[in-house]
Amino acid sequence: MRLVVDLNKCQGYAQCAFLAPGVFTMHGEESLVYNPRPGTEQRERVARAVAACPVQAITAEGLDDADEEPVGAGREASDAR
Amino acid sequence: MPAEAFHEWLRREGRIVIVGASLAGLRAAETLRAEGFAGPLTMIGDEPYEPYDRPPLSKAALLGMASPDHTELPRRRDIDATWRLGVAAAGLDMAARRVRLADGEEVPYDRLLIATGVHARPWPKEDEAQLDGVFVLRTRDDAVRLHRRMKGPPRRVLIIGAGFTGSEIASACRNQGIAVTVAERAGAPLVGALGGVIGAVAAELHRENGVDLRTGVMVTGLEGDVTGRVRAAHLSDGSVVETDVVVVSLGATRNTDWLEGSGLGAGPRGIACDAGCRAFDFRGIVTDDIYVAGDVARSPHPLFGYQFLSLEHWGNAVAQAEVAAHNMISAGADRRPHMWVPAFWSSQFGVNIKSVGVPSMGEEVMITQGSLTERRFVGVYGYQGRVIAAVSFDNTRWLEFYQRLIETGAPFPVEFTTVDRRPEGRKPVPADFPDPSLPTHGPTVTLSGYSPADRQLVFTPARH
Repeated sequence: MRLVVDLNKCQGYAQCAFLAPGVFTMHGEESLVYNPRPGTEQRERVARAVAACPVQAITAEGLDDADEEPVGAGREASDAR
Repeated sequence: MPAEAFHEWLRREGRIVIVGASLAGLRAAETLRAEGFAGPLTMIGDEPYEPYDRPPLSKAALLGMASPDHTELPRRRDIDATWRLGVAAAGLDMAARRVRLADGEEVPYDRLLIATGVHARPWPKEDEAQLDGVFVLRTRDDAVRLHRRMKGPPRRVLIIGAGFTGSEIASACRNQGIAVTVAERAGAPLVGALGGVIGAVAAELHRENGVDLRTGVMVTGLEGDVTGRVRAAHLSDGSVVETDVVVVSLGATRNTDWLEGSGLGAGPRGIACDAGCRAFDFRGIVTDDIYVAGDVARSPHPLFGYQFLSLEHWGNAVAQAEVAAHNMISAGADRRPHMWVPAFWSSQFGVNIKSVGVPSMGEEVMITQGSLTERRFVGVYGYQGRVIAAVSFDNTRWLEFYQRLIETGAPFPVEFTTVDRRPEGRKPVPADFPDPSLPTHGPTVTLSGYSPADRQLVFTPARH
């Protein structure tokens, strides 16, 4: 699973840090720090965080894949934006 | 072939080459496919890795929240491209429409997108830059090397340059209890980007968090021991800092060397392009088959006097790539201008710093919400009687409002009542930017060229 947060959009609502605390953490009052490559066991939590973000700032890949992480350039991935 | 028919052919079977396999290159490729481009697509990147995200390298990765070799960007869709990774573009033949690669191969194109970005400015003295323990931080490899050394842990880290990257690294060091000295030529951190008033707040942040911040000094030399490891740095005030890790954070240089002699309007400031991302050749004539996007592009912006603006901003790379990709395969009236309002963020010492507009263009600044002493505020920058930029420290939710003010050219000073307005923020003060002819660390926004309204150039034809 891969993810990226558009921190221009992010307004520090911290919904993601609440729903997937192992992946997203608040660093101070507003700053978000996240693990861009969370393990597959976090999939359910990350999916909830993506859905709950009030400004839709999280792009994740591999949310609905049942298989392992994509490897190598050019590999097909689902459009799970 | 009429334009309509040509673009139909281009979408169906034209060849598109993207040089630069990072954020802008990837998002452009995705946009091309999303808009129905079906021809062969080639992605060329000088690093051996698929596109990865850079901001975490100086933040989450150094804080131990992420692995520096695992920040590959998620894909929005399959791009079905031929990847040429680990091989740099080495030349461009505009007439023959070919990109030459470092391994000698040539790749033909019908449309070319250049998104080669920037590289970290190295320490200027080559023998000192070679010392073991001297780093820059731009690429994934840089981050892996620095990360490994930080686990040491080092006795003291010296950071040269207190721009955003330098400050973020200092913050990460302190977070892990590592002793750190920051040397900055200007009077405070971040002054190149945000001016001296806000820079003073950044200086407090450094010092309160235990950073040994030295301002108004230059590092004059680095010294190694007999094994070639860095052991000390000499400063212009005569002092010596004992250090075993040095991070050179002196800004970035645009990757345009490979275009030398190509005839494209490319130089150290980037590649000039029109508002639709079409590159100019060196005669100032717009090309119609070469596009640019991301950190390497310079484009005119109506909000800022049509000056050419080059931005090292994550959001700009995405937005400009989307516009460039759309325009590459669209005819005339369907094309869109790239009119993104500059915006960036930084996270340091637990404070969320965000900015919109072009602060460095501001003459004055006023604190319209919160207060500098609480380090939770919004500062608004004015230029010739209008709002030109805003910066927030831990107050991001208001920035969208200020973006509207910038977009509509709202008057400055800001007169209306805002939430949490304090008496001390009623009057603007000089924003205190350093003399631009004395660069400090590189600002992430560069204005270059004259506004057409300035009329500073007079053309005098020669007499025959």
